Amino acid sequence: MDKLINDFSFGLFFWQITLFLLLLILLKKFAWKPILNALNEREEGIKNALDAAENAKKEMESLNADNERILKEARAERENLIKEAREIKTKMIADAKEEAKATADDMITQAQEAIVNEKKSAIADLKNQVASLSIEIAEKVVKEELSNKDKQLKLVESMLDDATLN
Amino acid sequence: MQSNFLAKLLTIVLFVFSMNVQAQNEEHEGTPEEVSLKTKIKESINHHLLDSHDFIFFSDTETGKHYGFSLPVILIDEGIQLFSSSKFHHGETVAENNGNYYKLYHNKIYKTDAEGTITLDDHHHPTQVKPLDFSITKSVLMIIITGILMFLAFAGMAKSFKKGPIVTGAGRFLEPIIIYIRDEIAIPNIGINKYKKYMPYLLTVFFFVWFLNLFGLTPLGVNVTGNIAITFALALITFIITQFSGNKNYWKHIFWMPGVPVPMKIILAPIELLGVVIKPFALMIRLYANIMAGHIVLMSLIGLIFVFHNWIGSSLTFVLAFAISMIELLVALLQAYIFTMLSALYFGFAVEEHDEAH
Repeated sequence: MDKLINDFSFGLFFWQITLFLLLLILLKKFAWKPILNALNEREEGIKNALDAAENAKKEMESLNADNERILKEARAERENLIKEAREIKTKMIADAKEEAKATADDMITQAQEAIVNEKKSAIADLKNQVASLSIEIAEKVVKEELSNKDKQLKLVESMLDDATLN
Repeated sequence: MQSNFLAKLLTIVLFVFSMNVQAQNEEHEGTPEEVSLKTKIKESINHHLLDSHDFIFFSDTETGKHYGFSLPVILIDEGIQLFSSSKFHHGETVAENNGNYYKLYHNKIYKTDAEGTITLDDHHHPTQVKPLDFSITKSVLMIIITGILMFLAFAGMAKSFKKGPIVTGAGRFLEPIIIYIRDEIAIPNIGINKYKKYMPYLLTVFFFVWFLNLFGLTPLGVNVTGNIAITFALALITFIITQFSGNKNYWKHIFWMPGVPVPMKIILAPIELLGVVIKPFALMIRLYANIMAGHIVLMSLIGLIFVFHNWIGSSLTFVLAFAISMIELLVALLQAYIFTMLSALYFGFAVEEHDEAH
């Protein structure tokens, strides 16, 4: 302790305090503040950049998920479209078949009707011709029959007989 | 890493160089008497450990020539006495300035008469008056040089930061240290909210002590941080900052310890109060003693090389001295770290906020 006190130099102490405080003030103003601020800023910058990268990654992930979803939807829609188209096609074919069949049926019916009509008219015509033919024949027969009196009387008698029978 | 290697290389080179100088001195002596050599080494060590009024790189003991330069002496004695230390002729003569006579005795200036008589009392202390000495001594000069170097280095670093976020030059080496002090010393000890206020002091004191410790390892022979006045000044600043930043909680823990019975509170108060003073006192002694001891051990080992005076002993001692100087490089950093760390810890105690009683 005695040596310590003996070694103690007030002048050196004074200079040390003065110079150290001066150095502290100068360094604080010209070095530590700018350096510490720059370090802080840099660290903040790095932190922000990392956060931004993380966010971008997350966004990318969500975008990817979206894309996936959209793709899936599109695929499903395509499937649906194809299915619908297939259905429509089948339906159209069926419809067309049905229509064709209906038309054919109609046509057949008409044809049959026409045939029936033709047949009827043909029969009527035939009847008329047969009638006129019969009449002509009858006329000729009658003319022949009525050319003498006996025959006329005979006829009247037969007719009367028929009528009596009825 | 490169800087570290350079520092080592420089130390080794200067180390070898300084030994050459001493070796030459020894050869010139001719008849080496073991006792006188030992005393000489002891004197040399003692001389080295003390502050001095001139800057001597080495001395030629045979011709009595000293190679170095003198420094200004400033004394407060009937006004300001300002003269060059060359007037003392390295302590051999009496210096006269404005009719006052001064004499160097063990590197301290005493006011004396024209003959330079120094009378000693029973405790071997001179009875002469010691005027207030504000001289620019070797240590003061080294403080100024270190201060300028630090200012250039860190202001340069700050300037380099203005150009962009990536520092260039020496700042690349210093930047991780600054970040280390902030993240590993200041924030854990003081707390994230309050550390900013103390950063300038912690950084300044760390680099100041470290650089001066390193300068002490060069053969320039400066022992600044191993001087009690320096460590006292540094510890005093830590002490003052601690007391001025002490909050209610801090003082309460000193004078009226919460959570203990009243008689204990009364007993604890003086103990705690003593602790307030002991903490910076320990800080002062720790740095002083470590650096001082390192210098003594290293110089004694270098001295041993010349005492052995044979190949085996000298080379073995050389290896030992080399190993010790490597350890001293580590100690230089370690002591700066410990001083900063403990200062931060004390500031942390002073600003600590806690609700729980313990």
